Amino acid sequence: MELLLNRYRNLTVLLLAILAQLVLLAYQVKSNGEVRLIRVWAVTAVTPLARMVEASRSSVSHFFSDYFVLLDVREENKRLKGDLDRVSMDNHDLRTELDTADRAQALVIFTQHSPSKYVAAHIIGNTTDSGAKVVYVDRGSSSGVKKGMAVETPAGIVGKVVNVYGPVASMVLLITDSNFAAGVISQNHRVHGTLKGDEGRSIVKIDDVQNEQTVDADEWFYTSGEDGIFPKGLPVGQVTTVRAGKARKEIYLAPSGLQNGLEEVLIIIEGVHAPIPDMPAANQPVQLLAPPADSAMPAPVPAQAGPMSDADRVIDKYRRIGDAQKHVYGDRGTGAPDYNINLNAKSPEAAKPAAPAAPKPPNP
Amino acid sequence: MNDYVEGFPEVGRKKERIFKFKALAIVAIALAAIVFQVAVPRFVSYLSYLDLPLLVTVYFSVMRRSPIAGVLFGASIGLAQDSLSRGYLGMYGIVKTLVGYFAASVSQRFDVENSMVRFVLGFFFYFFHQFFYWVLKRALLGESVDFDLEQTLVVAVLNAVVAVPLFRTLDRLKITS
Repeated sequence: MELLLNRYRNLTVLLLAILAQLVLLAYQVKSNGEVRLIRVWAVTAVTPLARMVEASRSSVSHFFSDYFVLLDVREENKRLKGDLDRVSMDNHDLRTELDTADRAQALVIFTQHSPSKYVAAHIIGNTTDSGAKVVYVDRGSSSGVKKGMAVETPAGIVGKVVNVYGPVASMVLLITDSNFAAGVISQNHRVHGTLKGDEGRSIVKIDDVQNEQTVDADEWFYTSGEDGIFPKGLPVGQVTTVRAGKARKEIYLAPSGLQNGLEEVLIIIEGVHAPIPDMPAANQPVQLLAPPADSAMPAPVPAQAGPMSDADRVIDKYRRIGDAQKHVYGDRGTGAPDYNINLNAKSPEAAKPAAPAAPKPPNP
Repeated sequence: MNDYVEGFPEVGRKKERIFKFKALAIVAIALAAIVFQVAVPRFVSYLSYLDLPLLVTVYFSVMRRSPIAGVLFGASIGLAQDSLSRGYLGMYGIVKTLVGYFAASVSQRFDVENSMVRFVLGFFFYFFHQFFYWVLKRALLGESVDFDLEQTLVVAVLNAVVAVPLFRTLDRLKITS
């Protein structure tokens, strides 16, 4: 037996190996299961290497793909940059056109509501003189522009025409130029003065105002119409600095017409004087709405029971005065009611100032 | 004179040489062959026809010139290949066991260092391997699968073409005794 095995050793091993695997195969087929242990060993042995192979493959693949892709990326980047520049320029042009349209619309609205006659003009250039505050506009004699005509924007005055160069161009001296002068008047205290440009600075000053005259900070100045150039009632600017000087006040204004830049202007062909407005100029920094008409000043309701105080009686009296005159307290532009009206009168003709009330005994 | 004339067939000193390999090299090469078959066909699909585990089994069996070693090589690599497939354990194991045994037996009679011999061995054992696998599938598992003779022959040629340079490369790992 031993000799047989030694002689046929190779064949024996072969048959044993095949027999073992046949048994393994039969077991799996019979039980319809699997031998997990061998599979786990094999997968555990192979998985790390497979991961390494996959990682190497993907990195090499990405390297080559990125390399070849990059050949086109440069051209595409160049093309996209060109497109971006073109789109940025188009955007800028469109925004400029939109701003121009907005300004033009504002000018149209302003001219429609103003009694003066205007011609719109564009600023087309500055003077080459560095010290002068002079600009050129694209309106000339063909548009009716003449030397000495006032120039303004809806926000305020900006200058006057000093020269007309043919039919399509004129020179405008700005109010910030030291050679400029115009008559102005304050809104609150009706103080007269002379507007002059301050050399080297973009602000204007008011001369010829005595120290004794009252000018408030943030007070508005308007054209007085006394210079024969600017119609009365055009906004000039708001006081930024006011202080007493040696003999006259030192008053500086921020010109309202120049605060939003200078692109389009209005040349006053035929000016019409307007009153100085009581309310602040249109370009006030805070927009305030008028209170509702039906609840303008909510009057305090007197107590249902118990005595009313003196303050309650005064408030009630004023409320009845307002109701009798259909006045809404707090409504801008309507002024104050007539507090001397006789609330007991039946007709307006019989209305007469009421007799002063008898003095009340002082409270203990 | 070149190897093709001198080595086929020849009874001489060359066919009696036994080549040994380091155990680590055998395991690494076998593992690499299995990993190749698992990973590479995912992104190079036509390489799925290349049966590197079979070629490695043939190589180590013929170079070792020991049928027992061939049986062990074949069984191990075959079972590892079965473990990573969806089939039953033992299918590739039995087939590669036979391949290993017969390859080692052939190596005792021929000069297996000849390129032409290696080409023929590669072609023959690939065909034998596919055919016997089909027989096992039909006989043991009762699966009705077809055997595509033409495709098997063509792929066998391809594997044989790959076997020649592959064996040359693996020759660098042998330890001459």
